[in-house]
Amino acid sequence: MSYSGWETVIGLEVHVQLATKTKIFSGASTAFGAEANTQACAIDLAMPGTLPVLNKQAVHYAVMFGLAIDAEIGKESAFERKNYFYPDSPKGYQTTQLEKPIVGRGNVEIKLADGRTKNVRIHHAHLEEDAGKSLHEGDFRHGVSGIDLNRAGTPLIEIVSEPDMSSAEEAIAFAKKLHSIVTSIGICDGEMSQGSMRFDVNVSVRPTGTTELGTRTETKNLNSYKFMEEAIAKEVERQIDLLEDGGTIKQETRLYNGDTKVARSMRSKEEANDYRYFPCPDLLPVIVSDETIEELRRNLPELPDARQARFIEQYGLSDYDAAVIGSDAAMAGYFEIAAEKSGNAKLAANWTMGELAARLNSQDLSISKSPVTADQLGELVTRIADNSISGKMAKEVFEGMWTGEGSADEIIEARGLKQVSDSGALEQMVVEVLSANQAMVDDYINSDEAKRKKKLGGFMGKIMQASKGQANPQQVNQILAQKLSELL
Amino acid sequence: MHNLTIAELVTGLQSKEFSSVELTQHFLARIAKLDANYNAVITVTADQALKAAAAADLRLAAGNAPALCGVPILHKDIFCTNGVRTSCGSKMLDNFIPPYNATVVENLEQAGAVVLGKTNMDEFAMGSSNETSFYGPVKNPWASDSVPGGSSGGSAAAVAARLAPGATATDTGGSIRQPAALCGITGLKPTYGRVSRWGMIAFASSLDQGGPMARTAEDCAILLNCMASYDDKDSTCIDREVPDYSATLNNGIKGLKIGVPSEYFSEGLDPGTEKAVRAALAEFEAQGAELIDISLPNTGLSVPAYYVIAPAEASANLSRFDGVRYGYRCKDPKDLNDLYTRTRAEGFGDEVKRRILIGTYCLSAGYYDAYYGKAQQVRQLIQQDFEKAFQQVDVIMGPTTPSPAFKFGSKGDDPVAMYLEDIYTIATNLAGLPGMSVPCGMVDDKPVGLQIIGNYFDEARMLNVAHQYQQATDWHALAPEGIA
Amino acid sequence: MSIERQEIENLATLSRIAIGEDTITEVSQRLSSVLELVDQLQAVNTDGVEAMSHPMKATQRLREDEVSEINQREAFQAIAPDTEEGLFLVPKVIE
Repeated sequence: MSYSGWETVIGLEVHVQLATKTKIFSGASTAFGAEANTQACAIDLAMPGTLPVLNKQAVHYAVMFGLAIDAEIGKESAFERKNYFYPDSPKGYQTTQLEKPIVGRGNVEIKLADGRTKNVRIHHAHLEEDAGKSLHEGDFRHGVSGIDLNRAGTPLIEIVSEPDMSSAEEAIAFAKKLHSIVTSIGICDGEMSQGSMRFDVNVSVRPTGTTELGTRTETKNLNSYKFMEEAIAKEVERQIDLLEDGGTIKQETRLYNGDTKVARSMRSKEEANDYRYFPCPDLLPVIVSDETIEELRRNLPELPDARQARFIEQYGLSDYDAAVIGSDAAMAGYFEIAAEKSGNAKLAANWTMGELAARLNSQDLSISKSPVTADQLGELVTRIADNSISGKMAKEVFEGMWTGEGSADEIIEARGLKQVSDSGALEQMVVEVLSANQAMVDDYINSDEAKRKKKLGGFMGKIMQASKGQANPQQVNQILAQKLSELL
Repeated sequence: MHNLTIAELVTGLQSKEFSSVELTQHFLARIAKLDANYNAVITVTADQALKAAAAADLRLAAGNAPALCGVPILHKDIFCTNGVRTSCGSKMLDNFIPPYNATVVENLEQAGAVVLGKTNMDEFAMGSSNETSFYGPVKNPWASDSVPGGSSGGSAAAVAARLAPGATATDTGGSIRQPAALCGITGLKPTYGRVSRWGMIAFASSLDQGGPMARTAEDCAILLNCMASYDDKDSTCIDREVPDYSATLNNGIKGLKIGVPSEYFSEGLDPGTEKAVRAALAEFEAQGAELIDISLPNTGLSVPAYYVIAPAEASANLSRFDGVRYGYRCKDPKDLNDLYTRTRAEGFGDEVKRRILIGTYCLSAGYYDAYYGKAQQVRQLIQQDFEKAFQQVDVIMGPTTPSPAFKFGSKGDDPVAMYLEDIYTIATNLAGLPGMSVPCGMVDDKPVGLQIIGNYFDEARMLNVAHQYQQATDWHALAPEGIA
Repeated sequence: MSIERQEIENLATLSRIAIGEDTITEVSQRLSSVLELVDQLQAVNTDGVEAMSHPMKATQRLREDEVSEINQREAFQAIAPDTEEGLFLVPKVIE
């Protein structure tokens, strides 16, 4: 939706949960799905006398992100305390970075649907700890909230962009690119449904062509691209309506409920929270050596742009296919296994992007939870490529694999779906069908050239039926054409 | 037995003159009989102590006894003790029983010490008189109408009254040294980072240090040997070998260069105290040390800087006390805000609340640069003063406090009058340097202390110097009346 | 430098400590006294002096990313004021 006379300015703050085994300041596990408060140790519970010790892997992951976006690395960074009271923040402050973050200015290039590329500048990225969770209803008495501190202390990097985006499309492209980068280098599992990445969107508008920034609002904690798109659209509309009516935009924090589609201002007693940041006295300056940076750089996993280029060159994928598969680290990994196994990259790509993706989407599954593994899909593709089964049959086999019937070969065997490609057998089938359908044959012979082509389908149908769909269609076509021409 | 030092007790235990169980029973009986006069002990752990004593006796018999095996001690109630209430002198933690030990507690347990109980203290270590405790004030064994000093008033009084031969304590602005001086005992605050702060309830994180209190420097050395360790659970703990502090106690001190700061002998210093301290300095000269006049020009700024930094850090450290996961919770909170504001209003005493408010103020928007930022810069200046001084001298000496123990309530309504009690001790915490106090005289029948400040990690020399002084004098051997 | 009543109320809110009407004047007086003390810092020239956050010149130790804590929920919640089904309970949180 575009409003004439107005342009949109968008900046994103993205919280990325780092895929470390333990918390940023304690040795408690970060594994997803544990029972409430079973992964909250004394430090995470802010018990008296407890102290933080910094997770080396969290530091390395943060540096890796910086390297992936060509950013300045904060070789000496420090932690501050951000003070505020909330039950999910047990210390009464969040340990974060303010003055000296671990990653400085960087750049992220995004590609848009019309083929344009755009550079989004990163202001900085810093390390901080995640808060716990407040449950407003559950297996506990009415009228209270239950606090689960399992998540408290999970390491995050907060990535802050400059307000360089001018549409929801650009914001989403940026968000997806970030997702692609952090999953490709392995610092985040990218499971949006588990809250591994959360987006805060800063939106403001201004009259087209002007340069001064309007007052912005912040919509917090969006965890899907769809919700981000909706929230941005709603907020832009709200702001423009307000301004056109002569009102002013209040700088505020807002929430968007993707289920109810309702956006609202956050109810908070203090308009401007005074966080009283000061250097955390329990943590010393964090030093990252040049050696460490070089080692991390050397071992940095393949970045999405490089992978896309490689898919085009190595597997002959089209630009489009390479972009789709190459940008999603999990899908790319899946595809490569299937491609290597089957030796047919094109088919593997089609199946990964097509049938598999459609199935996963319809059940809201991430590719890591696919019932059909990359290896198994590879086997299926192999059977299509070597003509054991037709493309049509393959869909049936895939269905069986998806519901756990077994591997491709097992299903083909069990259901007797092996495509008949033996020319002798096929020839016999064709001859039998032709002799059993004299009327059709006569009709064919007596028709003129133009009409004959259309009548082939009828013979094909009967032959396929007789073979229970297992005849190799290409071969049948050839043999049928030959036999019919002999009769002419 | 209670007049024996730790060193003597160790020898006595090893030579089977007495058993740990006997010793422990003796001190438990003394606490039961005498502590009503002082209110130095909040929690007595009699059963656990006797069990530990029995176990210690077995080890002593087997001949594989660690350094402090069987010696009874007390812990300041700021150190978390597994399964034993740790109150920090506050209503907020009156019901807090930690399921873990502070590293200091763990270390002393490993060393075989027997824990008699937890001592009284100013609430959350904020105070210089032990008048702010939820459990009531501690009385100075030398004068029942006077304060023992604070915040480690309970530990100091207990050692002075011979309720235990030694105790652990903490020092953020003088809280070991000042009560040691006022109670006529020896106390040492180590270099920042020497002793682990894990399990030591935080007041001001960049200033707090745990340390020993006993009647002699020799005993403090034995205790410090056990208390000090590198602990990887404390990021601010420095990884540096712990020397055997007992091994060098008898080094000669001839040629020792003692810095005497002019700023520590200014107006405000009670004449009796000054006389005693100068006499102590003369004693050192007699032993061959050289007195050198030095200046620590920014001394006067140490109290203002401290009363910005310490409350600021405390205001954040105490935010976790909110009635949600442990500790005091107000009755029937009507909403979240009520839970927080009423729990904290009811759970904290006035001085603690005051310091939280001050700390919040100094960190708040618009004031940070002028207060907190400024104080951190002044801290740098103070450290530089000491650095310069230590280029010329080996140790620095002066009075620990401006006067002997003052009467209860005499600092009146003005908190600042109380804050000025720490005028000689605070700078060492700001710089992170080690400091100790040894008894050096009596003024109006009350003890006064000599402060010895050392360079970073120079505790061995300080203890050596103090020990040599205590070989030639007997202020440390004096006992208050009524403790038989 | 004295501290206004409004300021005290603001500080009380920020630090979540209820300050009763009857004590607010006293609190204000005491705090003003402390502020007078710390205002002495203003007179000092600190141009070019770095702020000291940590007394020792040391850097942060990094911990290996290995799980070292076991589930101790029972022990920790045994001393909690109000729990149910493994959760810490508080009055309803409204955003």
